Amino acid sequence: MDIKIQNLSKSYGAQKAVDHISFEVRTGEILGFLGPNGAGKTTTMKMITGYLERDGGEILIGGQPANEPHMKKHIGYLPEHNPLYTDMPVIDYLEFCAALQGVPRTETAGRVREMVRVCGLDVEKHKRIRELSKGYRQRVGLAQAMIHDPQVLVLDEPTTGLDPNQIVEIRELIRKLGKEKTVILSTHILPEVEATCDRILIINRGSIVADGTAEVLRKQAQGQQVLRVRISGAETGAIAEGLRELPSIASVDILDPGQQRFELQSLPEQLSNQAVFELCVRRKWVLMEMIPFETRLEDIFRDLTLK
Amino acid sequence: MNPIWVIAKKELGSFFDSLIAYVILVAFLGLSGLFTWDPLELIGRSDIFFRKQADLQAFFGIAYWTLFFFVPALTMRQIAEERKTGTIELLLTKDVSDRQLIIGKFMACFMMVCIALAFTLPYYITVARLGDIDHGATLSGYLGLLLMSAAYISIGLFASSVTSNQIVAFLLAILIGVLFHILFEVMAGNGQGWFSKLLENMSLRYHFDSIQRGVIDTKDLVYFASIIVLGLGLSELIISKRS
Repeated sequence: MDIKIQNLSKSYGAQKAVDHISFEVRTGEILGFLGPNGAGKTTTMKMITGYLERDGGEILIGGQPANEPHMKKHIGYLPEHNPLYTDMPVIDYLEFCAALQGVPRTETAGRVREMVRVCGLDVEKHKRIRELSKGYRQRVGLAQAMIHDPQVLVLDEPTTGLDPNQIVEIRELIRKLGKEKTVILSTHILPEVEATCDRILIINRGSIVADGTAEVLRKQAQGQQVLRVRISGAETGAIAEGLRELPSIASVDILDPGQQRFELQSLPEQLSNQAVFELCVRRKWVLMEMIPFETRLEDIFRDLTLK
Repeated sequence: MNPIWVIAKKELGSFFDSLIAYVILVAFLGLSGLFTWDPLELIGRSDIFFRKQADLQAFFGIAYWTLFFFVPALTMRQIAEERKTGTIELLLTKDVSDRQLIIGKFMACFMMVCIALAFTLPYYITVARLGDIDHGATLSGYLGLLLMSAAYISIGLFASSVTSNQIVAFLLAILIGVLFHILFEVMAGNGQGWFSKLLENMSLRYHFDSIQRGVIDTKDLVYFASIIVLGLGLSELIISKRS
């Protein structure tokens, strides 16, 4: 089931939490929702799940309005802070959630077993939820979101509080699920979006400021190729001069005269790797290092959200 | 299974899981039993032995007060706690409507009261063996207690839905309850004319006494039904605001 959102808006009093945003998520796509705190991520997710009423706009899930009561069966939701009934044992809790989502009684036991297996809860399944560590609680939260095998998964910060091993496991789990389902997840952890998501949506002050794959966002943010090179075999000044004369180079910065490191910026739409290499060969300079400098997602994020 | 029952079952289970059920049962039965039979002559001339009549009026008079305090203790956490821990979001994003949630919670509390009252059936059996008990009046006495409890449960759920603090919910329920329980009656007694008549009709005691006497009048049933519908309706309205 795909999700189509058009002109969605929501205000809390005078404050606009979500301001006419539109986007689409296709079936089998994992969308990463990024943005600073208070940008409107959680509000948007709550509207998709039908918890909050929207002020305006439209949310269509598989072509049907999301706020129709029967749509809830198709959505699995892990809320922010992962609220749980901590007095309940894990199994009872999952059975309760299955019953609420209308999983037929004959299938409940099977679904619960499946979730316990998929989320790695086997060791802890008989404990009460309050006795579990944060990582296991998070797994219980994921398990309850998926218990009814929903077509759409909305996960609000699914990996907070997990250790690095667990993060990798959960990530793999989400990737696996994402092949057949439509997944929207929000996070603060930037490498996470790159590792897990097919597409990134950056939202700031209720509006979408960027939309695309990590690749595309980099290109947009950067525009020009940046190379860091270290060349020896001649005077620093002479090398800089030689580099500047190359037709594809826009600018040359000397980063470290002693080590002879330079930062080269290419002209838009042009690559200079080959030209630099050939120049070194011609002049008999030694090319010690050539590092394509990638704009980190962090920088893109800062750029877009600090405006 | 209907979501109302799933929620009711879970809530009833959590009463028994969390000791609340046992504490309330012990306190309710202890206090009600003590004052109904009154072996220590604490309240003097109104216990079963003193009345020298085979009826349960003594018990109904006591339960009228004990339930008044125990019902808010059952309802106070129902919605306040869900709000505080955020689990309300979890429930309402599942295939459950606001109304089903409220009715489920109502049913759980009501079943808990039914269980507590079921434990007083031995009083009925005992008195029935001691003398010629009026079965109709006894049954309508129980009906009165059940209707009163249902009314206070819906008031309690309303109080629990306006706050995320359980103590506030408890006190608010008592505060609203005491109007119906006794204050309207007192005010009616001090006044005259149509206003006094109105207050008397709003007093729960007035309708409770009428049912307890064995007269089940539509007017009384409508009175209890209106409190229940109003309380549950307002709770639903407040939850739907999602604040």
